Amino acid sequence: MLNTQDILETIRMIREENLDIRTVTMGISLFDCISDDITRLEEKIYNKITASAKRLVSVCEELEATYGIPIVNKRISVTPISYIGAGLSPDGFVRLAKTLERAASALGVNFIGGFSAHVQKGEIIGAHNLIEAIPEALSVTEHVCSSVNVATTKAGINMDAVRKMGEIIKKTAFITKDRDSIGCAKLVVFANIPEDNPFMAGAVHGIGEPDTVINVGVSGPGVVAAAIKEVGHCDFSALAETVKKIAFKITRVGQLIAAEASQRLGVPYGIVDLSLAPTPAAGDSVAEILENMGLEMAGTHGTTAALALLNDAVKKGGVMATNHVGGLSGAFIPVSEDRGMIAAAEAGVLTIEKLEAMTAVCSVGLDMFAVPGDTSAATISGIIADEISIGVVNNKTTAVRVIPVWGKGVGESAEFGGLLGYAPIMPVKGESCEEFISRGGRIPAPIHSLRN
Amino acid sequence: MRAVITVTGKDKVGIIALASAECAKAGANIIDISQSVLREYFAMIMLVELDGLVGDFKSFADTMSKVGMENGVDIRVMHEDIFNTMHRI
Repeated sequence: MLNTQDILETIRMIREENLDIRTVTMGISLFDCISDDITRLEEKIYNKITASAKRLVSVCEELEATYGIPIVNKRISVTPISYIGAGLSPDGFVRLAKTLERAASALGVNFIGGFSAHVQKGEIIGAHNLIEAIPEALSVTEHVCSSVNVATTKAGINMDAVRKMGEIIKKTAFITKDRDSIGCAKLVVFANIPEDNPFMAGAVHGIGEPDTVINVGVSGPGVVAAAIKEVGHCDFSALAETVKKIAFKITRVGQLIAAEASQRLGVPYGIVDLSLAPTPAAGDSVAEILENMGLEMAGTHGTTAALALLNDAVKKGGVMATNHVGGLSGAFIPVSEDRGMIAAAEAGVLTIEKLEAMTAVCSVGLDMFAVPGDTSAATISGIIADEISIGVVNNKTTAVRVIPVWGKGVGESAEFGGLLGYAPIMPVKGESCEEFISRGGRIPAPIHSLRN
Repeated sequence: MRAVITVTGKDKVGIIALASAECAKAGANIIDISQSVLREYFAMIMLVELDGLVGDFKSFADTMSKVGMENGVDIRVMHEDIFNTMHRI
């Protein structure tokens, strides 16, 4: 029989330490829906999504019951819509966003991602028009998420797109101002966007993926925090070992759910994303892990090193637990979705600059942080350019999901609700970067020899 | 299919009788049973074979959970594979 301690450890992880599967995300290709008649296109998209994912939610519920592990979100990602509606006007793209929304509502999924474009070197007409449509698309839908890839390590940074995204984020903030500019929480700007990411807002179904696929994102910051607390004051080797062991166990659950969901749905299994995804709930915080390592508060000196250790150990432990790893894989540090990060930002210990440094050693980037509503579009573009540069130069994925909260300033906070949490508004620098951002063109791809 | 039933909570007379009676009612065959006291809490673990289960897995798990709640203990029924995958390489 199984070891009693092992069984009780699993029960404790689920009951007390918030172990869960953060998301089972079904990727669906929409290439076979392409049509020059928009009504026909809408119909085909709706039918393809609802037919492919009709059992997604019920199968996930079955798995939750069988294995006793919560699956917090059921999501869908689709082929970047800029390709599917490449000939459409911005109004046409808004119609497609509404189609995605209808499909998501009919299926009862939590989010649908893929209102997206890749413009790292330049825009096709479809990408141009989709980007123009983003503010309205995000204001008339609830579940649709949007992402724009503005750079890759091989292509460099499309600074025209960076400049434009600053403006699009401002417009999105304005158009959703009655709800603390929540539209911006569903919009993310990427460098080196992955094709198989199950997490929002950046999930897309890449063009090299199968027709449909199941990707799973695991969670469990609370489990790691508890393990570190239990091991007490040990040296760094022992600390890394503790994280690796627990990450292995967490990821094994993801692997089990991915394999079972794939088998029951008859859909190929893609990847498990080795992630530590926090929620605003108590005991589900990445900041708490860092604090349990010995930092008085996340954001203080030592935070980047602690996060680097954590991120690396999570990957090392997780990689053996699953046969395919992908997505974003690493610790997430979304400010509004992590109770410890919120507290650190409120105390002024966690600043945007420290957050930026942290993103150099962990997954994703500057995520879910609020800035004053009167922050200029150029400043937002400057924040994006800085963060994207880290990804491009270091050959990793980085992203920015910033919310300039319309009508609010430093000292106030924005409330998004649910998993998106709430965010204290963080100060930005007042000095302008307008002239720099307005230059236009591309920042050339970095050299990958002579590394320093 | 085999499942692990865990019963945890403050120690109380008749917990084993309670859980095994429910198993018998549902047609779940108890293969192994162990109990311990951990952190002042009672923990009973049963391995059950569910091939002869009356009704589906979910209703069995829900009934067990409900019976647990009525008696002040936490009862969970989980497929054994979640423990196998987590704790065995």
